[in-house]
Amino acid sequence: MNGASDHPHDDAPEDPARMPAILGLDGGEAPCLDCVLSSRIRLARNLVGFAFVNRASPQQLSDVVHRVQSTKLSGPFESGVRWVNVQATTAADRLLLFERNLISKPFVEALHPRCVAMSTDETSSVMVNEEDHLRMQMLAPGLQLQPLAERMFALDTSLERGLEFAFHPRFGYLTACPTNVGTGIRVSAMLHLPALHMLEELEKVQRSAKELNLAVRGFHGEGTDALGDFFQVSNQTTLGRSEHDLVEEFTEQIVPRFIEYERASRRALVERDVASLDDRVYRALGILRSSRLLALDESIKFLSRVRLGVALGRIRDIPLTLIDRLLTEVQPAHLSRATGCELGNGRDDRVQRAEAVRGALR
Amino acid sequence: MSRSCDSCSTPAVVHETIVTDGVKTEVHLCAAHAQQRGYILPTATGPALVVGKLLAHAQVHASAPRVVKSCPTCATTMASVRESGLVGCPDCYRQFEEELGAVISRAQAGASVHVGRHPTHAANLVDRAAMRNKLASELREAIAREEYMRAAKIRDRMIALNEGEPATESGTSS
Repeated sequence: MNGASDHPHDDAPEDPARMPAILGLDGGEAPCLDCVLSSRIRLARNLVGFAFVNRASPQQLSDVVHRVQSTKLSGPFESGVRWVNVQATTAADRLLLFERNLISKPFVEALHPRCVAMSTDETSSVMVNEEDHLRMQMLAPGLQLQPLAERMFALDTSLERGLEFAFHPRFGYLTACPTNVGTGIRVSAMLHLPALHMLEELEKVQRSAKELNLAVRGFHGEGTDALGDFFQVSNQTTLGRSEHDLVEEFTEQIVPRFIEYERASRRALVERDVASLDDRVYRALGILRSSRLLALDESIKFLSRVRLGVALGRIRDIPLTLIDRLLTEVQPAHLSRATGCELGNGRDDRVQRAEAVRGALR
Repeated sequence: MSRSCDSCSTPAVVHETIVTDGVKTEVHLCAAHAQQRGYILPTATGPALVVGKLLAHAQVHASAPRVVKSCPTCATTMASVRESGLVGCPDCYRQFEEELGAVISRAQAGASVHVGRHPTHAANLVDRAAMRNKLASELREAIAREEYMRAAKIRDRMIALNEGEPATESGTSS
């Protein structure tokens, strides 16, 4: 990837082919993987002595990049860190990082000096100069918020040895957007809720989320659409409750509540009309295994149904991890990378997507 | 009756009332001290019109002459925060503590004080904030019970705490 480097001060471009083919989440035995695609923890931090990103000059933003790059990153970054100068990368590479959930949509589109550090297993990243100077995030398959939080707090503590974070005794950690102050934490789970969708119960889920003061977002988080029955739920408030309380509540109450609701709906689908359920699941598998033109939204929709079939044991010859890998690999930038075809210019990638999916599910 | 400046004997031109945790504090400043603290004073020429427009958005309540407060570090005003939804720098939070406090409390389901992790360098600040909150709560209670002598003592403790005295708990209970 252009502008990527294993060494903080070496800006030599990296060969795009060195980027791993898939997201580094090995979900094999992850808890609650049937209903939770992934867990994510994000922390927002800003440096003392610098204007926030929206107000800083390009020189100040470059100084922030250098300051962070000269600080040692611990935890998942200790086994290897890859820095990518996002400003110097191609649009295709930026999109690739976005599809792997390593950078956000605004970070893809921005024009100012910015970079991202990724752990070599691609489960963790630190965006420098997103809306805040630092946006640190860690991902894990299934419901694993507690271990993620522990690793995140260890990273936060180690960074604090080299960087002074802006803090106010009343408002907590200070952020560019006043609604993120306090802990600056965003705890989220990407839920897979196909049975609730089939039973037309999603509206109740949305209402329930609102009552719990949660944000419900799409497939790639903030500002993205829901695809294939995948919904990200996350906390909306960041002030007045400790990080530990919030993570505990998500792990022990909030996410289990959605999981139980979805599992009950799945049981109801099996008990009411298993033939109809099997038909929907196997039709989806049939389309994925035989279509010649496959659009992104329909590929996600059918992968979602097949995922339900695998999770319920209706389909036994396909591992859940393969479906989850395909959910990433059918995205435009991944497809472009795998096939060597250029992105954009109105290019129709449905043929390549159909080929890739047929090949994987053969 | 014209008030003199809090910092000198010159007549004050800026008058502001700040309410912190239910405790009202008045600020009266002359032109020189107001500018030192980051207030932008209107002039007789063009900028005054701009200031007036900004004030209409900022909803600043001050007696004439009207002023717009800006961050001394990055020159951000509350009007620009309202327009962009973003704050300019960490110092803005000190400069606009009350205005932002109201916005934040609304966005955070009524919460107004941080609970949780903090940087090591801020440990003393966190202790002080906790003490300030405790005193504010005691002050509200004392006023509600019409225990004005006790309320006055608590207020003195809060002033001392703001002026940098150690965050001790002595002398606040009735």
